[in-house]
Amino acid sequence: MNGKTYLDEISHSRYDFRYDEDGYFKVDQGLNEDIILEISREKNDPEWMREFRLRSLEQYHRLSVPDWGPDISGLNIDNIVTYVRPKNAGMTPKWSDVPSEIRETFERLGIPQAERESLAGVGAQYDSELVYHNVREEVAAQGVIYTDLESALHGPCAEMIRTHFMHLVPSTDHKFAALHGAVWSGGSFVYVPRGVSVEIPLQSYFRLNAPGAGQFEHTLIIVDEGASLHFIEGCSAPKYNVANLHAGCVELYVEKNAHLRYSTIENWSKNMYNLNTKRAIVREGGVMEWVSGSFGSHVSYLYPTTILAGAKAQMNYTGITFAGAGQNLDTGMKVIHSAPDTASVIHAKSISKSGGISTYRSAVTVNPGAAGSKSTANCESLMLDSDSRSDTIPVMDIRTADADIGHEARIGRISSEAIFYLMSRGLSEEEARTRIVSGFADSVSKELPLEYAVEMNNLIRLEMKGTIG
Amino acid sequence: MSALLSVCNLSVQINEQPILHHIHLELAPGKVHVLMGPNGAGKSTLGNVIMGNPACSVTEGSMFFNGSDLLGLSVDQRAKAGIFLSFQNPLEVPGISLFSFLKSAYELTRDTHVRLWQFRKQLSATLGDLALDESYLDRDLNVGFSGGEKKKAEILQMLTLSPKLAILDETDSGLDVDAVRTVSHGIARYMEDAGHTLLIITHSTRILESLHVDRVHILAEGHIVHEGDASLIDDVNAHGFERYLSRE
Ligand SMILES: Nc1ncnc2c1ncn2[C@@H]1O[C@H](COP(=O)(O)OP(=O)(O)OP(=O)(O)O)[C@@H](O)[C@H]1O
Ligand SMILES: [Mg+2]
Repeated sequence: MNGKTYLDEISHSRYDFRYDEDGYFKVDQGLNEDIILEISREKNDPEWMREFRLRSLEQYHRLSVPDWGPDISGLNIDNIVTYVRPKNAGMTPKWSDVPSEIRETFERLGIPQAERESLAGVGAQYDSELVYHNVREEVAAQGVIYTDLESALHGPCAEMIRTHFMHLVPSTDHKFAALHGAVWSGGSFVYVPRGVSVEIPLQSYFRLNAPGAGQFEHTLIIVDEGASLHFIEGCSAPKYNVANLHAGCVELYVEKNAHLRYSTIENWSKNMYNLNTKRAIVREGGVMEWVSGSFGSHVSYLYPTTILAGAKAQMNYTGITFAGAGQNLDTGMKVIHSAPDTASVIHAKSISKSGGISTYRSAVTVNPGAAGSKSTANCESLMLDSDSRSDTIPVMDIRTADADIGHEARIGRISSEAIFYLMSRGLSEEEARTRIVSGFADSVSKELPLEYAVEMNNLIRLEMKGTIG
Repeated sequence: MSALLSVCNLSVQINEQPILHHIHLELAPGKVHVLMGPNGAGKSTLGNVIMGNPACSVTEGSMFFNGSDLLGLSVDQRAKAGIFLSFQNPLEVPGISLFSFLKSAYELTRDTHVRLWQFRKQLSATLGDLALDESYLDRDLNVGFSGGEKKKAEILQMLTLSPKLAILDETDSGLDVDAVRTVSHGIARYMEDAGHTLLIITHSTRILESLHVDRVHILAEGHIVHEGDASLIDDVNAHGFERYLSRE
């Protein structure tokens, strides 16, 4: 990687589209201004947003698909238009259309029928919507704004959104950020005022089925000075989407001495291209904590990025990735130390199984002004068989002498002695393996609220099922 | 009386290396058997092959436990049949608490479900007997346990699971004087049940103090070279294994 960060690489990407056998790549067949204007009208965008979408569309046409990560030539970019066209051309999703694999997962997770349908995007009304409203009222009493982004654009925070929306992740960042800027729809907006501590974790899970939420959702969170918040994104149950591309965007602003914990458990269907962009900026004395569990998807590009912009700002990242058969998960994280005495701690784990590929890509940058900064990274990979792959690609760009940087990576297998030990107490081989893998993931699940930890464990169980021939 | 375990003409290899040769061993139900022998003789290997460690491949012979052919049973099936092995070096397994592990093991070997608090209460008595603090239950299985604590945790598992046959592989080594006594009492308690049988692999006699030893087997260079009653232990203590070794 020539010591470059992944962002550098993206913005230096050239125009080399992949040509498939049937013909050639035609960009303008995908998206056009008319479609964007249609979306914009549908969403009742303010004028600046409409302009923004159109500018993003231009960027989208100009940028090329990344050529440095897992192969995404199977993603039919021509079809993007069908993913984003509003009112989805007479499509009325039915529960019976949901792939049986996903239906089964919902059933095994014990999620009630009504909720399953809604999580799969085929239901209309469900109990959780009610829960969401209740939570909203409770935090509103503290002055917290927690709503969907579309409504927020017309509310009292409109100006705040204009000055923050896609400022951390500009649409020039990469092709899918541009796509997102052009067609984004749905997502959450949270503003926590100065000094306010939100005691209950806010969960976007509750509003997953809000109208328009889909694969291009945008999350914008601003935690003002001295405030604190725990936000849980995504849902622990698998999402089913008609389209197989997810290009969401998450922007997190952690102001002076503020604290944000952002947890996600993602489980995408196995045909999904997950090209998500998440970024946080942390001001003086602020603390950003990421807890992330990535399951499912066919290909993922996912590198939550943190810019430590103020002195003594801190970042803590705990994440786990599980790559099974047919999956290529390219995940990791990026941190930029831009102020003195900033600190980052990274614990990344990955599991690969049945030919799955798991790549951990990290980039730690320490800028010249960031004297006294400290970064420690610890990566552990567990390969469950010899068909699977696990790689660690750390990049470090250290531009100050006075920095303390450590990186440690380990790749391991399940020891057959440990399996024998557990089996000698009555656990079946599958059970023994599952317990060892869950144990490996334990340091991540410990960071999650109980119900999410339980569901992550269930996901691991599902992934481990039938491993033994 | 028919044997609980009967090993007949058993030969075993590890990594294609012959380790055990034509072993004959009969364990009578309700009895205490002791297996002694020099380092590297193959004692642990014998314990492992009875438990079914896939690293030990059986090249000839047979093993029957309680009438059923052990060679056809997987490790967990052997555990469910009532065989328990206390490991010479218990493994550390991060992310699994001793409690949840014990609970799974208990439920799986008995095919039953236990209530969380009830099971905890049941364990706390045993923990007390073994002078182990209850907080060990919430620690990861053997992770960071001292050598002695690991051995006590093995005995805790044995007492909880109450298997028909327990093989104790040098459970006494690494224990301090008090711990040997505590563990030895635990083992004696296990033997209070007439249906329980022990195969104790040991280099010392202290662990045997509160037990009545029925039979002693000497293993040297992969062969059972001698068998006798409890008096054999004193004999070995006095003269060592010299006389049992081949002179090549
Ligand atoms: N994985 C292995 N690969 C090769 N040789 C092995 C392996 N495991 C055991 N052995 C060999 O098998 C022989 C018997 O070992 P075992 O552990 O059964 O001896 P032991 O009688 O229990 O000794 P100790 O009293 O020291 O515990 C030894 O020579 C040992 O080196
Ligand atoms: Mg041994």
